[in-house]
Amino acid sequence: MGAGRLLRFLARRLVKAAIVVLAIVVFQFVLIRLAPGDPASVIAGQSGAADAEFMAQLRAQFGLDRPLHEQLWIYVKGVLTLDLGFSHRQQAPVAALIWERLPATLLLTGVAFLFAISAGVALGVAAARRVGRPTDSLITVVALTFYATPIFWVGLLLVLVFSVWLEWLPSFGMYSVGADLTGFAHAFDVGRHLILPSITLGLFFLAIYARLARASMLEVADQDFVRTAHAKGVPEGRIIRAHVLRNALLPVITFAGIQAGQLVGGSILVETVFAWPGIGRLAFDALLQRDYAVLLGVFFCTAVMVVLFNLITDLLYAVIDPRVEVA
Amino acid sequence: MADFWRRFHRNIGAVAGLVILAIVGLTAVLAPILFPFSPWEMRGVPFMPPGEMGFLLGSDSLGRDVAAGIAHGTVVSLLVGGVSTVAALAIGITLGAVAGYAGGRVDDAVMRFTEFFQTIPSFVLAVVLVAIFTPSITSIVIAIAIVSWPPVTRVVRAEFLSLRAREFVQAAEVLGRSRLAIMLTEILPNALSPIIVLASLMVATAILLESALSFLGLGDPNLMSWGFMIGAGRSVIRLAWWMSVFPGIAIFLTVLALNLVGEGLNDALNPRLARRRGMVVT
Repeated sequence: MGAGRLLRFLARRLVKAAIVVLAIVVFQFVLIRLAPGDPASVIAGQSGAADAEFMAQLRAQFGLDRPLHEQLWIYVKGVLTLDLGFSHRQQAPVAALIWERLPATLLLTGVAFLFAISAGVALGVAAARRVGRPTDSLITVVALTFYATPIFWVGLLLVLVFSVWLEWLPSFGMYSVGADLTGFAHAFDVGRHLILPSITLGLFFLAIYARLARASMLEVADQDFVRTAHAKGVPEGRIIRAHVLRNALLPVITFAGIQAGQLVGGSILVETVFAWPGIGRLAFDALLQRDYAVLLGVFFCTAVMVVLFNLITDLLYAVIDPRVEVA
Repeated sequence: MADFWRRFHRNIGAVAGLVILAIVGLTAVLAPILFPFSPWEMRGVPFMPPGEMGFLLGSDSLGRDVAAGIAHGTVVSLLVGGVSTVAALAIGITLGAVAGYAGGRVDDAVMRFTEFFQTIPSFVLAVVLVAIFTPSITSIVIAIAIVSWPPVTRVVRAEFLSLRAREFVQAAEVLGRSRLAIMLTEILPNALSPIIVLASLMVATAILLESALSFLGLGDPNLMSWGFMIGAGRSVIRLAWWMSVFPGIAIFLTVLALNLVGEGLNDALNPRLARRRGMVVT
């Protein structure tokens, strides 16, 4: 495809993404207005921690005495300039709190995603090649099992087995407290702490990708170009890799894009179980303290992450598959 | 109908799912008879392992009966799963039917709206909704319904879009029947099978969502639920594994059974698609 067309495509998708982000901000505003009680007390946190002075300051900041459309304008302007409010509980700007925790979440979700997609596609391909035989049934049963298990419970079971009983892996946190490791030793330490949370988060998605890859492989394997390849005498392994898998991967990628939100949502649960210091854990702490400013900030951040992720998958798709309509 | 049962029976998993589901349903009905006391009541010594002092599945850190909690929690899970699915179906079918039947700009607008809700991370949204509107069984049901309707809209819209051009619909239009009557009595009955399959999977997802919410402490404070039990037992898992393990098994079995039944329904209702469709995207 030409560079000009790709640029136009990129511009259209960017505009669309911007509209979605704007809609999310408006949606949040509506949510705060719909919540029972004074919007200022919602933002400040309801369990009586906010003093009168802080509430008055919030009312002024959000223009709560002004007409609704002006309030909306103030709110939208605030969020879009990345002013996500102030956490009275933690005495810090919400944006700073999220920024500080974001790398841990990106690391966790990224590793979990890579694990889920590589293992999931491998299992799906293995099942599709032995369709109807015991291996296929076994893989299907395993996929169904992980699909039906609550991920926070999987996390607890893994802690029970690998931390409590076998004592192989750490059960909480991101690095050993007080060890003060640097360089390679530090990376190794983080890696050890990362194993259980990323497997926990990945297993549910592994199940989905495996089933999707299997169905998609079977569908592609029936098509004419595969039969042609067989007729030409192309070796089986090469057909699977170069003809079937390549085409079967497209729906998996699309679906992975759609599911980005679920991955981020799941990280709230996993970070809660493993005390992983990311934005999910931040959201959980905010829940306990009824710190709605932080909670809404995390919500906004995750929604933007999903929009960005969808943008990336759209682009990947356009680059991988020349048939995709770009105009 | 006989045909339907024949195809459903051929799927061993679906039959197993139906059996598990029957047991789960029976537990819900019999909970007040088997454990005729509040699941919050302290019944004996805390931290009793399963089988001791009359605790079939052990006692929790406050001496409450884990088995009683699970039995009473069954009612909550099934109720939340069922009611929120019905609510999500109501939203999804209405929007999908209008979009698919009207077409044009209405369709465009509805689909943009649906896409928007699919972009928002559903679990995070559910957490925010329940937290802001204070945790109760009503806010939980509403939150789950709000995050689960988009796939219904998509499926229903696609069905309506293809069915509205068919002869029997055109005949009804020529006869001058009202749009509402055509949508409800002509098109909807013909679009039911994918909706039924989707609904069974949605109940499963709703139960998972409810358990996750109550695990985070967003459950109804007056109702015992599986997720709450796991959340409460989590901090003492080193001492007492049974407090979190057994409620988890209850969730797993119920959700697995619903998924298996959903697949069986899919095979039985859409025999042509049975082999192609690996799973219904939720």
